[in-house]
Amino acid sequence: MLNNFIAAYSPDNLRYLFGGLGITILVSVASIIGSFIIGAILGVIRYVKIKYFSAIVGFVIDVIRNLPLILILFFIYFGLPNLGVKPEVIPAAILAMTIFESAMLAEIVRSGIQAVDSGQMEGARANGLTYWQGLWHIVLPQAMVKMIPAIVSQFISLVKDTSLATIILLPEMLYRSQIIYGQNTNYIIPMFVAIAVLYFIVCFALSELARYLEKRQA
Amino acid sequence: MIHIFQAYGGTLLYGLGQTLLCSLIALVFSLIIGTFFALLEESPNKFARGVARVYIEIFRNIPLLVITMFFYVVIPLYVLKMNGFTAGTIGLTLYTSAFIAETVRAGIQSVDPGQMEGARSNGLTFWQSMRYIVLPQAFRYVIPPLGNQFVNLVKNSSTLAFVGGFDLMYQGNSIASSSLETMAAYSAVGVLYLIITMPISYYMRYLEKRLA
Repeated sequence: MLNNFIAAYSPDNLRYLFGGLGITILVSVASIIGSFIIGAILGVIRYVKIKYFSAIVGFVIDVIRNLPLILILFFIYFGLPNLGVKPEVIPAAILAMTIFESAMLAEIVRSGIQAVDSGQMEGARANGLTYWQGLWHIVLPQAMVKMIPAIVSQFISLVKDTSLATIILLPEMLYRSQIIYGQNTNYIIPMFVAIAVLYFIVCFALSELARYLEKRQA
Repeated sequence: MIHIFQAYGGTLLYGLGQTLLCSLIALVFSLIIGTFFALLEESPNKFARGVARVYIEIFRNIPLLVITMFFYVVIPLYVLKMNGFTAGTIGLTLYTSAFIAETVRAGIQSVDPGQMEGARSNGLTFWQSMRYIVLPQAFRYVIPPLGNQFVNLVKNSSTLAFVGGFDLMYQGNSIASSSLETMAAYSAVGVLYLIITMPISYYMRYLEKRLA
């Protein structure tokens, strides 16, 4: 048993696995940045209640939030070629994750804005700022602080969810571990231990960060 | 998309049934396991709290798919054979139970500590007060987040597609590859998922507003 572990964790295999971790992190970070920008815009649109437009945007957000991420991955990677667009694996994974996470972050942004005391906006307006100036300079900065722990938790699920992109053959950690144990069935347990530990370290560190941020705020 | 329903309606409905079955089984068991670990975490025993913490952190911080694949690949190899549906449902149950434990614990903590103190000073033991006084009040707060967990369960049950669980996602995928109309097949699957998840999440939002 121990020999299996030593053989499975050969330098080549480990380098291959860590490369997968790199792709996991690349896809997660790229998606969280993209979806933060899009999610913030959508969240504000939903919050300010522009007639019809906000309702439509809100409905689209709800639809995306209520679909499985795997289905969105399939739409992008296998559905789009049907319409004549053929994305590469990594951009497809980033695009699917960004679409899904934007909808999630839009809700976080909206509830963050709602959590800011309405007196802040009233005070800003009373001091002569326009509605949008009040939103941009007074309300949003305070909302941002309140949102940070929720955004970090969302990032944790994003890191975990990148493993779903195995299904479109994204060469991330889980996929690469399957390739390694596909060559030698003795490596199955060592590989599962390795990826579980690696995912755990990344996600646990992030959730401790979220908890610390939450405590500091309270 | 309509013709997909006409041609493959039976297959899709069977998949929908498997998805619902898996989600309901996972909901019941993860509610039991989750409540158990939430109680352990709130118990006065330090060791019990440690055990609960470790369980929750492990299953919260490892991807669902890794847990499911573990039950699909490793367990049959060394312990006992199981099909994809069973492996997927067990993985889903364990993963969700960690989140439910956190939800129930937040519910317990939102009950005024005076309730526990009052019960204790009336002569109830810690577990009696928990069972008869605190938990019933906690569950009122827990219902909306539990509903949202059920929505997550239905969505996450799509990981059964990875292990041949014959769920909605699996069927949609096989329809997509046999009909070659990927967009239409995935849209049909999406509509079926939304029929289940949207009403629940809207109802939970309504409940949340009413409770607040």
